[in-house]
Order: sequence, then C-alpha cells, then structure tokens
Amino acid sequence: MPSEIAPPPPGTGPLLRARGLHKSFGDNHVLRGVDLDIAPGTVHALIGPSGSGKTTVLRSLNGLESPEAGSLEIGELAIDFSRPRTRAERAALHRASAMVFQQHQLFPHLSVLGNVTIGPLRVQGRPRDEVMADALALLERVGLREKADAFPSSLSGGQQQRVGIVRALALQPSMLLFDEPTSSLDPELVGEVLAVMTELAAEGWTMAVVTHELAFAREVAHEVSFFADGVVVERGAPAQVFGEPRHERTKRFLQRIQGPFGR
Amino acid sequence: MNWQLILDSVGPIALGGLTGTIPLTLASFALGLLIAIGMALMRISGSAVLSGIARVYISIIRGTPMLVQLFVIFYGMPQIGITLDPWPSAIIALSLNVGGYAAEIIRAAILSIPRGQWEAGAMIGMSRGQTLARIVLPQAARVSVPPLSNTFISLVKDTSLTSVILVTELFRVAQRIAAPSGEFLTVYLVAAAVYWVICFVLALGQDSVERRLDRYAV
Repeated sequence: MPSEIAPPPPGTGPLLRARGLHKSFGDNHVLRGVDLDIAPGTVHALIGPSGSGKTTVLRSLNGLESPEAGSLEIGELAIDFSRPRTRAERAALHRASAMVFQQHQLFPHLSVLGNVTIGPLRVQGRPRDEVMADALALLERVGLREKADAFPSSLSGGQQQRVGIVRALALQPSMLLFDEPTSSLDPELVGEVLAVMTELAAEGWTMAVVTHELAFAREVAHEVSFFADGVVVERGAPAQVFGEPRHERTKRFLQRIQGPFGR
Repeated sequence: MNWQLILDSVGPIALGGLTGTIPLTLASFALGLLIAIGMALMRISGSAVLSGIARVYISIIRGTPMLVQLFVIFYGMPQIGITLDPWPSAIIALSLNVGGYAAEIIRAAILSIPRGQWEAGAMIGMSRGQTLARIVLPQAARVSVPPLSNTFISLVKDTSLTSVILVTELFRVAQRIAAPSGEFLTVYLVAAAVYWVICFVLALGQDSVERRLDRYAV
C-alpha cells in the first residue's frame, strides 16, 4: 500500500472534538447538544435507535448537514456552527474526512476506477500516474482489481460497498466515516464489508461508524456512544457499554436489539 | 400518378432537405438545448427571480403558436428596426421554441437524479457546479434522451413552417415545383415521404444513442 494513503500517526489529544451540536429539521429537534471526542487511530461506534441523531452527527462531521449551533475541531480545522460556513470551511470539512454511505452512492455512469479516481483527479488535482497507481493498489487490497473497468451496476452489493470504501480511502482523508455501511446488504454480503473495515481499524485508521452491527462494535470499536433522543446517553469502552450498561435506555435498547436469546 | 414528375421532383426536394431542413434542425436544436439547460438551471436555482424569468419564458413559448412566433420575428421586428434575413430569423424562432419545450424535460431529468448523488459529489469535495457538470448532468442526459428525441423529431417537421418566411428548405422547394406543374398531390406526397425518411433515420439514431448510454444502466 503506497505510503501516502497510510493514516496519520497517532498523536496526543482528540483528532476530533465536537461540542454542543444542535440541529432541527422543522419542528423535529434531532440533535440536542451532542458532544463527541475521537482520538487519533481509534474506532468510535455510534449506536442507538433510529431517529436518535447518530447519522445526523456523522453527516455533520463531513459538512453534509449544518448544525445550527455547536463547534467542531478536526485536527487543525475549527468550525463554529453558529456562523454560516465559508466556502473554504466547507471545502476543508469535506477534505478532512471521507464518508461511506449506507446506499453506497457510487456514480453509476463511471467505471469502478472512475469512481475511485474522480475526486483525487478532478478535485484534488493530483498527478494522474500517482492517482491511478494508488487506486489500483487499493482495489487490489479489497480484492476488486479485476473489476476496475466494470460499472457499479454489475457488482454485488458487497462489492459496491467495498468500492465505496476504496473511493473514500483514495481521497486520503484524516478520518473515515461509515453511515450504516452494511444495513442495505443481504446478510451473506455483510461479512466481506466488515472484514475490510476491521482491517482498516487494525491499520490504525481513525473511524466513526454508525452501525447496528453490535458484534462488530463490540469487537472492533475502542469506544461506543449510545444515542437516544438527540443526545449521547452513555459513552464508554464497548465492554462497559455492552456488558454493564449504566443507563436504563441503553439496557432496554440492548435487550430489544439482542432479542430474548441474547448473543 | 405522374411517375416522371416523382422522379424529377424527388431529387430537388431531397436536396432541399439536405441543404435546408437538416442544417436548420441541427443548428436550432443545438442552440435550443443550450437555452433549455440554462432555463432548467434557472428553474431549480432556488432564486425566485431567475426561476420566475424561466417560468414566464417557458409559458410564453409553449402558449403561443410557432407560426406566430416566426411572424413576430421576421415580419414584426423590422418595425422596431430589427431586420433579419430568413435564415437567422428561422434559427432564432426555432431555437427559442426548442428551448421552451426542452427546458422542462431537462429540469425533470435533473430532479430525477437522487439527492445522494449530489451528496457523494460534495463528499469527494466537488462544488455544486462540478457535481452538476460531472455527476448529475451526465446521468440526466440518459434520462432525457427519449423525450428529447420527440422534441427533435417535432423540430424536423416544424422547420416546414419556415417556408412562409422564405427559407429555402424542403417544403419550400416542393411548393415551387408544385405550383407551375399543378400536380399538388404528387409533389406534396413526395415531400411527405422525404420527411418520413428523415424522421425514420433519426429514430434509428435514437435507439443507438440509448444503447450507448445504457451501458452502465441496470
């Protein structure tokens, strides 16, 4: 794997620090003061019932949502959400992280290679030779080198999502965001995507993952935030949040999602 | 049926198609598409003023007869000091007309592209303009080929209206042959046949464009 794509070395203090995020859609107050810290080189799982605000937080980290209040620091970048974003701030937000979407959102009119290289070539303006070599190396890593010229519609859901991950990696972000990356997949395709994510975590990528795959969160995440009603109700190491949840909401959620037979 | 007249007239009429109808159609369609893309973008711009201007334009074009539009430009404009030759008048009138009809087709095609595609474009760092040009419009193009083909084929036939402002296109040639011979039925049927051949070939072209754009679709 080319050195440029390696994650930034773990530093001290949080890579990402969000404070007091508030966001409403009409009358629906979806974020009611969310704080989030993610240390470099760690995986942070965002779990909770749907509508609890976890996806909105994730999307705010990339600038796809604009909270009305709160602040966000990613590395050197500092955003005050109570002021309107400047063009440069929007660009810097998109540059700081890269997102893998629930419905992959690959570009259907471009080949796999086109999907992976369009950002580095057309937005970042990196040299073509380097971009192509990096893209092919990344596709090789996820076992899709031979699909470089295929169109996304000819791939399975799991392959599409792996291309989505490669598209994010090719942007050379300082952290990766995953928005329920396996929720739209057939059960037998979930494993191949989680395997790639587990490898990335082991390599030291900083990752924020919204997921319903609690087993993945327990095994791979370093920290878990449990969301309910627009706030983080409980946060801690997976062993604590899953093993000895302190809050009633967390307990009820885990019981419901794990079912009567446990896991 | 006067077979000799058919043989004698089909050549000049077809030539009228090649030198009049077809170039007029191509020029007007190209200009009309540019107008249509501009109007479609104004409609979805979110600006009340731009959207309003586009709305009024589309309403006027679609709410008035093509023939009247031609007359206003060719016979009316000279009264306010704007005198144009038949060809420029025809191209202006036809492309304004195409612009009005195709604008709604293109607007609908752009709106049919999922919001997630705009977001994916933003995520990889593209501006809205870049996302529009590189992500959304190429996909919208595929969606709009069938309805735009209809507009194109209508345009081929609408060019016959420009015979009344003295453009030497297919139908004007036919009129010139028919009048002295008195064989209106024969000559106009020949003209109709030549139009049909042009439109038939265009329909074949539409199929091949769609197949080419379909290579990425499911």
